[in-house]
Amino acid sequence: MSRRILIVVPSSIAAKGLEQVFSDLGEFEVCAILQDLSGPVEVQLRTMAPDVIIVDPSVYDFASRNSIKARIAEYTDAAVIAFAAQPLEEEVLRQFEGCIGLMDSPTAVIRKVRAALEDRGETPRADGEELSQREKEILICVARGMLNKEIADVYNLSIHTVITHRKNITRKTGIKTVAGLTVYALLNNLIDMNSIE
Amino acid sequence: MSKRSNHPLMSPAMKMADLMDLDFSLLGVAARMGLAFGFGDATVADECGKRGIDPETFLLICRVYAFEGYRPTRETLANARLQDIVKYLHLSHAYYTDVVVPELAGALEKTIEACQERQKAVIWKFFTDYKEELSKHFAYEEGKVFPYVEAVLGERKDRQFTIGEYEENHSNVEEKLEDLKNIIMKYIPPQCGQQDVYRVLFYIYTLEEDLAKHTFIEDGILVPVVGRMENHE
Repeated sequence: MSRRILIVVPSSIAAKGLEQVFSDLGEFEVCAILQDLSGPVEVQLRTMAPDVIIVDPSVYDFASRNSIKARIAEYTDAAVIAFAAQPLEEEVLRQFEGCIGLMDSPTAVIRKVRAALEDRGETPRADGEELSQREKEILICVARGMLNKEIADVYNLSIHTVITHRKNITRKTGIKTVAGLTVYALLNNLIDMNSIE
Repeated sequence: MSKRSNHPLMSPAMKMADLMDLDFSLLGVAARMGLAFGFGDATVADECGKRGIDPETFLLICRVYAFEGYRPTRETLANARLQDIVKYLHLSHAYYTDVVVPELAGALEKTIEACQERQKAVIWKFFTDYKEELSKHFAYEEGKVFPYVEAVLGERKDRQFTIGEYEENHSNVEEKLEDLKNIIMKYIPPQCGQQDVYRVLFYIYTLEEDLAKHTFIEDGILVPVVGRMENHE
């Protein structure tokens, strides 16, 4: 079954370009292209039931830009990826499950969308041994002593998803305990000494 | 009728030297139990007799070491002498604490000498925390479990503990050791001393394998034997 993608980008040229990337693959289907998502349109998210939303943060006003994912999450559990027509601030970027840039190649776009879907634990995982970006982020949280619930809150994930990520981290690294994962994170320069305890 | 050993390969009447030759891990069992090497043609029964150890119980421990996945029968358990089991567990603790862990510590210290300071610090802390956890685990058994077993053996009634409690609290000391193994094997920074890595891994494997047998002797032999005694008094 193909994955439903909703594109929310004000520039119709950019939107068409994205749509082009996903066409003819069979893996994805663009279910709608919108120019705005604030206001009453939000409710439609429920009926559209997208798997992935690619959204340009500039469709939201400045005040609400840090809470785009949270607002969308009220209607759908779709993975949300930012489309950065202009450079985005770190605080804005952090909430998304990925970020597509104007200069990204089509393959990079596909890879990012797949990675975001992987976060929802839906696509069968390619059995790579390298930790994914999200797994690294979660590993860093674990090493800092955060609980599953806290990690879930930070990344807007369900606890179930966090647990799945942690299982995968342990499978890939061969390390089970929190103390051991902390050592791993430090040896691999994912954290520095000051950020533990 | 003489008591039959339930594994044909091992019997009290066989020569001790032949028994040792079956599996080299048995050397450790014999050494810990205080048997003196230079066995000549003495039998297992002879050598155990010299040290006041029940040969069947000694062989029970040997089978745990020599045969992967060995599970004693009820009858074997019923004939096991608890004093010797506790003695073995106690001497094993001493062996881990006084021999294996210090060897591992020495090798690890040399291995990480060339690492960056912060890497050194984090690996060393992980190891010392593990060491601490291991001693706590042993101290609990030495201070609470073994005296309780002695009390059961002495049929003293002033006990406020059951072996079931021990089983519940029996913490897993193998997880962190496995983590240490993987950290060293997979993630030790290449600039760290390679020459001692082999020794570190050797002692980790030694400890890991021995602890697995040790845990089985506790959970698969000590606990059921004591549990039965609790119920039959």
